Amino acid sequence: MHMADALLSPTVGATMWAASMAVTAGCARHLRRRRDDRLVPLMGVLGAFVFTAQMINFAIPGTGSSGHLGGGLLLAILLGPAAAFLVITSVLAIQALFFMDGGLLALGCNIFNLGFLPAFVAYPLLYRPLAGHTCHGGRAALAAVLAAIIGLQLGALSVVLETTCSGISALPYRAMLLLMQPIHLAIGTVEGLATAALVGFLAQARPEALLTIPANTPATPFTRPLRPVLLGLLLAAALLGGLVSWLASVRPDGLEWSIAKLTGHEELPSPANRTHVQAAHLQQQTALLPDYNFPAAPPAPATATPPATATTPATPPPDAPASQTGTSVAGLLGGVLSLALAGLTGLVLQIRTRKKRC
Amino acid sequence: MSLATHYYEIGRMDELARADSPIHRLDARAQILTVAIFLVVVMSFPRYETFALMPLLLFPCVLLALAGLPTGYLLRKVALAAPFAICVGLCNPLLDRTPIGQIGSFTLIGGWVSFASILLRFLLTVLAALILIACTGIHRLCAGLEQLGLPRILAVQILFLYRYFFVIGAEGARMLRGVAMRSTGDQPPPWRLYATLAGNLLLRSIDRAQRIYRGMLARGFDGEVRLLRPATFGWREALFVAGWSLYFLAVRQGDLALRLGRALE
Repeated sequence: MHMADALLSPTVGATMWAASMAVTAGCARHLRRRRDDRLVPLMGVLGAFVFTAQMINFAIPGTGSSGHLGGGLLLAILLGPAAAFLVITSVLAIQALFFMDGGLLALGCNIFNLGFLPAFVAYPLLYRPLAGHTCHGGRAALAAVLAAIIGLQLGALSVVLETTCSGISALPYRAMLLLMQPIHLAIGTVEGLATAALVGFLAQARPEALLTIPANTPATPFTRPLRPVLLGLLLAAALLGGLVSWLASVRPDGLEWSIAKLTGHEELPSPANRTHVQAAHLQQQTALLPDYNFPAAPPAPATATPPATATTPATPPPDAPASQTGTSVAGLLGGVLSLALAGLTGLVLQIRTRKKRC
Repeated sequence: MSLATHYYEIGRMDELARADSPIHRLDARAQILTVAIFLVVVMSFPRYETFALMPLLLFPCVLLALAGLPTGYLLRKVALAAPFAICVGLCNPLLDRTPIGQIGSFTLIGGWVSFASILLRFLLTVLAALILIACTGIHRLCAGLEQLGLPRILAVQILFLYRYFFVIGAEGARMLRGVAMRSTGDQPPPWRLYATLAGNLLLRSIDRAQRIYRGMLARGFDGEVRLLRPATFGWREALFVAGWSLYFLAVRQGDLALRLGRALE
């Protein structure tokens, strides 16, 4: 589910960076207060473990993303949400830097999708109330599977929204949704089962490694009050219902989807999107480059491109640069020339530095 | 890629970062800032832009040359990551059929142009990230990020992850060797065995991680990353950041490629 830089507009990338960094700062402050000596090595080693587990990944065709176990929920169960978020952030940063798995500008998006959603949405709202205070047994396993599925569904939805908002890929978001959501249903199930198995194993073999559980609470799974469980189920149902009804309501036909595709992202009701808008607002207030031109994000509504099956329109869209032949020839010439110049400069510099070394 | 290749790859990047060159000698902050500005500029081009992006290739070319990095090796790494970008990019010619130009009897559709644009963006961004890590290395990069305002706990976490990655790898290799020596080899081990192995790998790694951490504390580790090379942001660094930023801005706002072409005509 790692997004690449090439499909992201700077507006979306910077917005998600701002949001993720804000959460990072909050988590860091929280952990500094928590001062637990077991935490540092455990965070490091679990990060390395998840990092290793994430290497087993498989490409999802047509989305520019790859599917693998996220590990966010596992970390949240073992370490608590704040530490889990920081661990996922570090995992994603190393992946982006060393393995080109997800871009640097897309790091903010990836941290949000794979870190924030499982650690701060799926874990506290679904897993905790559903699992109660136990970490093994059927109830905890069910909670893990459910939380993993919902967490990944939200993550996949967020990937689709971020890609569509960027407007670089021509993939319509309905197609992308239909591609992403079912695949991540399967991945979520696998992830949930793996999480449940590992947590159950750790809880039995090394209970002191689970930092989210107070050390000496006796495991009494059957005396727990039913209310938090019901509340959790209700929330899960509401989330699922919201997701499904939203999927159903996006019934695109012809022009409608193309207009929605180009203009109406802000109106889509979803939790991830509200964060988007808020973060965008925040970013506008703290914009580093206020008058810098970022035309890639929202093209003019008049340039609605028809769906693939329709006949091509007579007028080219205004954001196509090659409408005047003169401009395009000069652009081509200049582009190729600058390419050659860049290469030549590199070559000359390389020869010079080599000579110096000899 | 197999786990062993991943190991080798991480080690190779570390080796590159230990080299000495004018670029390696620059403060990590200057490199981080410049690459960040570069990425934002690359991403800010509209979707049909291809030629205007090309002058930006000067940045990776100059850095590759000045830092003495193996160009072929890094390009191969870019190619390894490319299938994703190509997959998505290929949808564009199929979906976006807006004609935007005519070359003889061949109508150029917008999809192909944006496909080329996506590939070029991909090359630029991935190359920049690779050069950044190959010129700084994980320790200097984390120190630089911390100086730029990254919370220390996250910087330390990244370093610990990096350290423990090798711990887990070594433990895993030891366990797999044990499995290989205890099995006859005529049939693959059952899947259940791998679940047990994964759980035990985690337990053993946690134990070793805690031992290592205690050892670090005993030797005076206080969370600060100390570097052999002093990190100072001097006039060289300022010049590096300012010079490249001006160049990026000229390419982005002044359309350098177009002007170059016009001057030639």
